[in-house]
This record gives sequence, structure tokens and C-alpha cells, in this order.
Amino acid sequence: MLTLTGVVAGYGGGDILRGVDLTVEEGSITCVVGPNGAGKSTLLKVVSGLLRPRLGTVTFQGKSLTGKSPQHILRSGIVQVMQSRSLFPDLSVRDNVELGAFLVRDQAVVRKRMAEVVEQFPIVRERLDDRAGSLSGGQQRMVEFARALMLDPSLVVLDEPSMGLEPKAALMMYGYVRQMQSDGRTVLLVEQNVRAGLELASHGVVMEAGRVRLTGTGAEILLNPQMRQLYLGGTVDIDPALSASGPRGDADAPSWPA
Amino acid sequence: MSATDVSNRTATDSPASYDLPRTVRFGSLLLVVAALVVFPLVFTNPTITSVGVFAMIYLLAVSGWNIFSGYSGYIALGHALFFGIGQYSSAMLTSRFKIPAGWDLFALLPVAGAIAGLAAVPIGWMLLRVRKHTFIVLTIAVMFIFQLLAFNLRSWTGGSQGMQLPFPTWSGAYFNEPFYYIGLLAAAIALVTSWWVRRSKFGLGLLAIRDDEDRARSLGVRTTRTKLVAFAISAVFVGAAGAIYAPFIGSVFPQFAFDPSFDLALAVMAFTGGLGTLIGPALGALVIGSLQQYFLLQFGGANVFLIVYGLLFVLILRLLPQGIVPSIAARWRQWVTYRARNTPSTGVPPDSAPDVGRPFDVVLNQGGSA
Repeated sequence: MLTLTGVVAGYGGGDILRGVDLTVEEGSITCVVGPNGAGKSTLLKVVSGLLRPRLGTVTFQGKSLTGKSPQHILRSGIVQVMQSRSLFPDLSVRDNVELGAFLVRDQAVVRKRMAEVVEQFPIVRERLDDRAGSLSGGQQRMVEFARALMLDPSLVVLDEPSMGLEPKAALMMYGYVRQMQSDGRTVLLVEQNVRAGLELASHGVVMEAGRVRLTGTGAEILLNPQMRQLYLGGTVDIDPALSASGPRGDADAPSWPA
Repeated sequence: MSATDVSNRTATDSPASYDLPRTVRFGSLLLVVAALVVFPLVFTNPTITSVGVFAMIYLLAVSGWNIFSGYSGYIALGHALFFGIGQYSSAMLTSRFKIPAGWDLFALLPVAGAIAGLAAVPIGWMLLRVRKHTFIVLTIAVMFIFQLLAFNLRSWTGGSQGMQLPFPTWSGAYFNEPFYYIGLLAAAIALVTSWWVRRSKFGLGLLAIRDDEDRARSLGVRTTRTKLVAFAISAVFVGAAGAIYAPFIGSVFPQFAFDPSFDLALAVMAFTGGLGTLIGPALGALVIGSLQQYFLLQFGGANVFLIVYGLLFVLILRLLPQGIVPSIAARWRQWVTYRARNTPSTGVPPDSAPDVGRPFDVVLNQGGSA
């Protein structure tokens, strides 16, 4: 559904992504894990068009999205929920959710989606006319989800959705991610909480130093002995030829933080 | 999207309404409109009605200004620029086309407004490349550039000699009233426009820009275009205000047409009433616009009202930092919440419970069942 080929990207001071190849299957929950600085958030920025890749291509549902504007990418059905609190704190919950459908011209469609979202997220109904900034972190995350669904996206991109949530709220949030999947959407998420993220995911992707090191089902990645090694301070060897030369086969890859 | 499996809630309890009851709001609106309509009929003293005319001009200008600055959060401190353009348009058109100084004067209102609005497009296009503080400084600068132009383009503007407008032909016995009612009508149009903008998707985009411009852009708001359109709309109303002011005063001079204290007046009025609310700036204009003119008449040409401005500004910042309307609204919400909490007599202190728990647990179960 979404394919990245040889994506190289950065913010001007060197490349953060150094040739990422990644495929997101339709209907999957694909979870990207990896240490800080591996390029996970940068990867998502490329997908949602906030960062233009220097090299490589991004293809979504057979169409090229490489270098397209964020608006174009929104229209094509990819919506991202940002990492940090991304609501408009001074606007009401209603206005925030409606802004999610800003690109939809037909007001009847907006009203219909609004009704669906209000139905799905009771917190939106409860606090419809309250300032979004007055909600707790977990509630704001729910409103962000509600806003993301206003465009009826086929791919939802979540950047560390559990960040700042207490365990119970995180659990509820994961419930909504599964709900998105059973509603026929594809989910691509980045998680710091590796175990929770991979248990939730149907597909796992491990990134390190701007490259994809491992892919597989969520369970496979979790049980992979290399993962264990990786989090105890080593690199994951993907090339058998390199693996013969020792645990630090890739010369330009920095070691994992201990 | 399947919405059925997530609704095991039976209660359709609507969130507590914080708004004043509709009858109260509608009634008070009618009352204010009626009071404004009959005002010159009750107080026929020309000194008083002239205060009324100034209040109407400010009401119109502030309501227009608020459509841009109030909703977008870009504080323009140079809208005297459009006030001046409206005045000079009015003066130049009457002299060039020998317009008789009857009711035709008021036909120039939309023309002067349109000229100001058109002028706002290139000016806004330049200014709106920068944000917040830089924007404020540049608006002031551009206003002074136009003042200099008015001083120096003598063949057009008469320079420091200014321009004279023909004296209205209607009876001096009711000289002020036509200006008053035209001002009231134009201000009503400005307020209706403001109300419409606030409800529209366009207005939602503006409010999003006020809160976080980059975020608004990432959701698909065409920020530059939205700001520019709002800037032009506000210029139209401020320009029209100038086209009422010029024939009322009878002359146009560069330093009074492009007057920095007019810029400050708009900002003070809007902040007093409540920046970015629909009726706040209007309220500020009625109160301060009248007060200013009253002090001017009471204490002659001395700039006593400037001192009063300063005092008012300090008082507002201390007592009502959000302005009259938002402060009252906040008090009202507190009271409604307090009443709602205390009627079931749960003994919960009113400010301890707003954000926690209840809706959350409900959702948790639904998430798990999915």
C-alpha cells in the first residue's frame, strides 16, 4: 500500500535517513521501533510530506507521493497524528475536530463524519464546547485521533501515540488503534514502548542509524534474539558476510546507547 | 465506519451549556439596537449627537479591524492607513467629479471602502510575510509612509494644506443625524460580516492561524490567502469609516487622516471589550469612542483623552486582562459550573473535578472490546 524505496532525507546537516526501504501492507498495523536518533520520526515526516526526501521514492496506492505537498498527501488519504500535543489549545474541541476536515468542501460530509466521530469518541461529545487546552493529556490524544479520522484516511500515521500517557490511557489509546484497523484503515506508528508497540502491531520494523535493520511480524521481532542483543548494546546484522566480521559489522553505524 | 459497537452509553446528556439563554441574548441585542436607533431622537443636542457620530465611526472601524486582527491574532497597528485612504478617496472623488454634497456623499461609502480594500491586497501581501511583532512594527511603518505620501503628493492631496469637502446640503438643524444613521447601518453590516466570518470555515481557518499558524497550514488551511482576505475585508470597513469621517469633519489633513492615535484607539477599544470576540470590540468602541469625544469636548483641544487612554489601558490590563466580554463570560461559566456541581449536593468543591475520570473509564471499556 505504501512503499518507500531508497529514501535519503535530512534537515540540511547531513542525512538522517540513509536509504530506507519499507513496505506497509494494506490493513496492517506496522510499528517502527529503534533507538533515539534512528530516524523514526524523520521517516514519518517524509511519509506525511513535511520533509522532502533528497533521494528515493514514496509510493502510495500505486501513485507517487515523492515531494508532494502536505495538503496533497492529506487529500490522498494519509493523515498523521503528531508526537507532541498538536491541538489548538484556545479553540473548542468542536473547532479542533472540524479543522481535521478542513480540506473537505462538502459540509454535509463534514457533518456526517462529525456525527460518527462524536459517536466513537465519547470524550469529544462530553467536552465539545470546552477549550481543547483544558483537557488532560489523554483526552487531548483522543481528540487528536478524532480529528485525524475526520478526513476518513486510509493510512493513519501515529508518532509515539503513547507518549505522556499513563498506562490506563495508553491501553485505551491502543484500543482505538485496533479499532482503526478493524474499520479498514492501515496504521503506521512509531513507538518508544517497544513491547507494547510490537504486541499491538501485525508488522514490526526495526530501524537503526537511518536504515531498516529488521522486518517481520510483531511477534517475530519481539522474539528475535538479535533484538535482545540490540537493546543490550550491539548492532543487528543483516548481511551474513558482514556478520562474520563481528557484532559491529556496519562501520558507519554508531553503537546503541548503553 | 462502524459506529454502533462503540455506543453502550444510554445517556445522551448534552454538555452543560455555558451560553446565556437564547432569549436573554436576543433580548439584550434588540435592546441595544433599539437604544442606538432612538438615541439621536432622544438626545437632540448637537453636541451629544456629534459624540454619537464619532462612536458610530469607531464602532464601524473597530468591528472591521477585529475581523482581521481579532480573529487572526495579527495585531495591526496601522489601520489608520485605510482610514486615511477612505478619507482621501472621499475628498478626491467629491472634488474631481463635482459630487453635490447631498445624500450622494454616502454613495461614496462603498467606493471608498472598495478602494481601501484593493489597496490592502498588495500592502497585506507584503506585510503578511512576517509574523507577530515584526508585523506590528511594519504596519505602523507603512501607515507613516502613507502619511508622508499625503504630505508630499501635493498635486493630488494638497499636501499640508489638506483638502476641503463640500458642506452637506441638508438642514443644519439635523446636521449630525444622517452621519449617525449611516454609520450605524454600516457598523451593523460590519458586525453581521464579522458574525458570518466567525461561523464560517474561513473564520475557523483564521482562528486556527491565531492559535498556531504552522499547525493550521499542516491541516490544509491556506494561511496566506486566508490572512490576506481577512486583511482586505477589515480594510474595506475601516476605509468606509474614513469616508463617513471626512465629510463629517469637512476637511482632510495628512496628520489627522493617517493618525497613529487612531491606530491606538482601535487597539484599546478592542482590548477593552475583548479582542477576537464578536461584540467585545463593539462594546469597547461605544464606551471609549464616546468617552474620548466627551473628554475632548469637555477639556478642549488638550490631549486629556490620551491620559485617559493610558489610565484605561493600565486598568484593563490589571483588572480585565482578557477584556470585558471574555471576563464576564468566564465568570458566567464558573457560575454555571458551580451551580451544576452544587445542585446534586455532592459536596465536591467546584474547582476540583473538571478534568478527571468519568468519560475516560467508559471509553476504556469500548477500546478493549474492539
